[in-house]
Amino acid sequence: MSTEALTSSEYIKHHLQNLTYGKLPGSDHWQLAHTAQEAKEMGFWAFNLDTLGVSLVLGALFLFMFRLAAKRISSDSKSMPSGLQNFVEWIVEFIDTSVRGSFSGKNPLVAPLALTIFVWILLMNLMDLIPVDWVPQLAHLAGLPFFKVVPSTDPNATFGMAIAVFFLVIYYSIKMKGVGGFVGELTLQPFGKLGLPANIFLEGVNLVAKPVSLALRLFGNMYAGEMIFILIALMFGGGLGVGLFGGVLQWGWAVFHILIVTLQAFIFMTLTIVYLDMAHQEHH
Amino acid sequence: MNINATLLGQSITFFVFVWFCMKFVWPPIMQALGERKKQIADGLAAGERGKHELELASKRAAEHLHDAKQKAVDIIAQADKRAAQLVEEAKGTAKVEGDRMIAGAQASIAQETVRAKETLRGQVAGLAVAGAEKILRREIDAKAHADLLDAIKNEL
Repeated sequence: MSTEALTSSEYIKHHLQNLTYGKLPGSDHWQLAHTAQEAKEMGFWAFNLDTLGVSLVLGALFLFMFRLAAKRISSDSKSMPSGLQNFVEWIVEFIDTSVRGSFSGKNPLVAPLALTIFVWILLMNLMDLIPVDWVPQLAHLAGLPFFKVVPSTDPNATFGMAIAVFFLVIYYSIKMKGVGGFVGELTLQPFGKLGLPANIFLEGVNLVAKPVSLALRLFGNMYAGEMIFILIALMFGGGLGVGLFGGVLQWGWAVFHILIVTLQAFIFMTLTIVYLDMAHQEHH
Repeated sequence: MNINATLLGQSITFFVFVWFCMKFVWPPIMQALGERKKQIADGLAAGERGKHELELASKRAAEHLHDAKQKAVDIIAQADKRAAQLVEEAKGTAKVEGDRMIAGAQASIAQETVRAKETLRGQVAGLAVAGAEKILRREIDAKAHADLLDAIKNEL
């Protein structure tokens, strides 16, 4: 538990609050929000520094690692690969197989996109396995009011990526089928010209559901997982017996969570590939 | 839990990461993997070829060995034949030579015999005459009975 005497509800709320940086209404300078209320009042033009920071660091770590392996593999492809290189090659082969299996078109963007999505989301999700009190406690020592270390429990992050994917889907739909083809797909299916309003409604829902389901699935899973970790962490304040039981529960949930973490990253990636594949096909 | 500009930041970051990955990470890895795949395939093919060549070479070696053995057998047989021939020839020559020598020896023996007979006859005749002379000396004049003595001498 935090050093200050908090109620359970306050503890949970504290752990679910992002470190928000923005302008309070009526004030003209940028500052950190010190309460959830302040963060809310900052409105749209505010940034969750923890989400952005952690995801940037993780993304940079991913690219650094893979770039290093890429350099090594192309500088001496004759010698035996080892360690990091093997790991990277294994993931790349895995992604390559997935993309080949699900994506029928030809687009040099899709495979690197899938790789980035998979590894980046996996790393972000893995932050969930850090005990929930560690990072907020460290942030507290550093003078920061909040710090949520798992970017994928922030809907901003998941929607940010899902919307990026959504733009790619629309871009490639229009590029492959032309504006007319894309609009036609939205308006002339599945009932023909006479059912135009119904078509627009159905296809519109279909289209919008893609990014929303992508983002909410990842967010929901990770948020729920984080919530359970926090609830378990509450037990540590309940005496030795309950605390030990909580420790066992936390271990068990963490093990189970490794599966969820990987699975969610994989699902996000696979769905992205499938959506892009649909965008490349004339009729779906 | 508020939706705010983090969303935009995340989208932009995402695009930048994807671009970097597409530009600097994915292509070299895929290229290297492809090259390695090709290398391994080439290596395996070369190994297979080497094995095949080894098989051929050993087959050829066996053939050569077989030929050589056959040739050796032939040569030995020929040599045997030649040796036998030589022995036969030598035998023939030796026999002819031996016969010739035997014939020469027989001829010279016959000659010797004739000569010895001649001498012996002369001596026997001389002895007979001498004996007869001794016996007849008293009664027969050698000169008077010369024709008779000659006749006897011829008969001997």
